Amino acid sequence: MNYQAIKTIYLFEMNRTFRTLVQSILSPVLTTSLYFIVFGSAIGSRIQTIDDVSYGAFIIPGLIMLSVLMQAITNGSTGIYFPKFIGTVYEILSAPVTTAEIICGYVGAAATKAFAIGMIILATATLFVDFHIAHPLWMVIFLAITCISFALFGFIIGILARNFEQLNLVPMLVITPLVFLGGSFYSISMLPPFWQTVTLFNPVVYLISMFRWSFFGTADVDVVISVAAIIVFMIVNIFIIYRIFATGYRLKQ
Amino acid sequence: MSLLKINALTKSYENGFQALKSVDLEVREGEILALLGPNGAGKTSLISATCGLTNITSGTITVGGYDVVKQPLEARRQISLVPQEIMLEPFEKVITTVRLSRGLFGLAPDEAHIEKTLRRLSLWDKRDTRNMALSGGMKRRVMIAKALSHSPKLLFLDEPSAGVDVELRNDMWRLVEELKEQGVTIILTTHYIEEAEEVADRVAIINHGDILLVEEKADLMARLGKKELIIELQEAAKEIPAGLADLALSLSDDGLKLTYSYDAKQERTGITNLLSHLSDAGMRLKDLQTHTSSLEEIFVSLVHKDEDDNNEKASS
Ligand SMILES: Nc1ncnc2c1ncn2[C@@H]1O[C@H](COP(=O)(O)OP(=O)(O)OP(=O)(O)O)[C@@H](O)[C@H]1O
Ligand SMILES: [Mg+2]
Repeated sequence: MNYQAIKTIYLFEMNRTFRTLVQSILSPVLTTSLYFIVFGSAIGSRIQTIDDVSYGAFIIPGLIMLSVLMQAITNGSTGIYFPKFIGTVYEILSAPVTTAEIICGYVGAAATKAFAIGMIILATATLFVDFHIAHPLWMVIFLAITCISFALFGFIIGILARNFEQLNLVPMLVITPLVFLGGSFYSISMLPPFWQTVTLFNPVVYLISMFRWSFFGTADVDVVISVAAIIVFMIVNIFIIYRIFATGYRLKQ
Repeated sequence: MSLLKINALTKSYENGFQALKSVDLEVREGEILALLGPNGAGKTSLISATCGLTNITSGTITVGGYDVVKQPLEARRQISLVPQEIMLEPFEKVITTVRLSRGLFGLAPDEAHIEKTLRRLSLWDKRDTRNMALSGGMKRRVMIAKALSHSPKLLFLDEPSAGVDVELRNDMWRLVEELKEQGVTIILTTHYIEEAEEVADRVAIINHGDILLVEEKADLMARLGKKELIIELQEAAKEIPAGLADLALSLSDDGLKLTYSYDAKQERTGITNLLSHLSDAGMRLKDLQTHTSSLEEIFVSLVHKDEDDNNEKASS
């Protein structure tokens, strides 16, 4: 392994983030705060507890997931899209680095940033709601694998996107609805049976359910199934990235 | 020993356009090779294939014995590229950009080397400036600094003189000489014969994806040393006068022009001899002209011949 190259890419990407630190943090923190004020306090006070958890606390895992998924995908995709767009990707392609090293550097940085934002949102949540995390270690692990797998997914989008519209398409058009319909703001068991079945085809349901389990010890879907699903997703993404670099698809003419 | 070996390389782009047609080329360790050709000849395509920026359609390329496709890491570790286009992260500082290049090659940070490189390219004062705030010439130097940051064995300079003023160009050629002294092998592309003449040890002429000629510059220059003396006659001659038959002399169809080829670098050009023979033969001269064949002409004639060949092929 060329650790020096991994470190170089990773730090270069992280520095880019630090340059726009305020923007990077402000927007997710502000959005989440608004959600807490509107859903947690204003509406939540009229909603009963779900599975013995106050509504304000219940929505925390979903809100964190919403921001983390967006961040992981956006960071993962822009990290490689911009070098492609301005042409500096020539350097990565002509450098003596393996696909694994490229992934570790770029995806590692994107995942780190998403993870940090997840933690910041969690910290913000403590300002609004009282809650207790049942399985903190699992919470951290679940958050980490989510960040990594979606940063990988974003990385693929960044390579395949031909323009800015395509770059934003997936996060805006796919992730937001999936997260909203994925049980961020309600428990799946609150839906009519038919919609419960439909929901099971939404991958984000598994993520949020898994994450919520680490907070409150209860889940809509078996945690083992959720973890297995996300790991399969991660492996598929890695496989696709390897294929892309092996064939040069959308990278080399 | 050959550092770079290109064997039967072809490159067709996705749209089916064939940019390289079975190119063979060997570049010796430590030499400067100028790749000379008009726009669209395939110079950049050749470089991109070697550096791993494009997929090779067929053929092989080895660098220091390593196949660029099968052993890309070993091959690429030796190569450095200054692309034709300037491509820099606009918001990064000069020095970060250069450090990035070194790190990507897996080399430990070496601030002394980075400083030396930036100073050599007169960029040290600009090290904390963002790339977007640099002039075009400075940006090109940053591109060069990036390429030198990891001390390559084989350096590609794709049209290094584009957009560069005279002073900077001269300095660049000095840099190329210095690098050669340090043992770096350099391949540079250019549209201009004078440039090839100025810096290269060998010249390869490429057109339409074919290498038309690879020759030592010295040999090429010797060919260029050929001069022609054109003698216009007052009255048409029917034939070359006897006694001059063994000289390199030719008579035009209308009999009004004698052309004499000679080597201007020789001590005895034979001109005095020729002129006295002409006067003995009673020929009256109207005018004299001399004419040097230049690399330009060789180049143009090669390129045209190539075009004619292609046209013949196309029409047959
Ligand atoms: N990505 C591409 N897709 C299709 N054709 C291409 C592509 N890149 C280059 N070509 C074609 O290949 C040919 C050779 O291009 P190349 O860039 O290698 O020329 P060059 O010798 O570097 O020219 P110049 O002196 O203008 O830089 C040109 O006809 C060009 O149009
Ligand atoms: Mg070119």
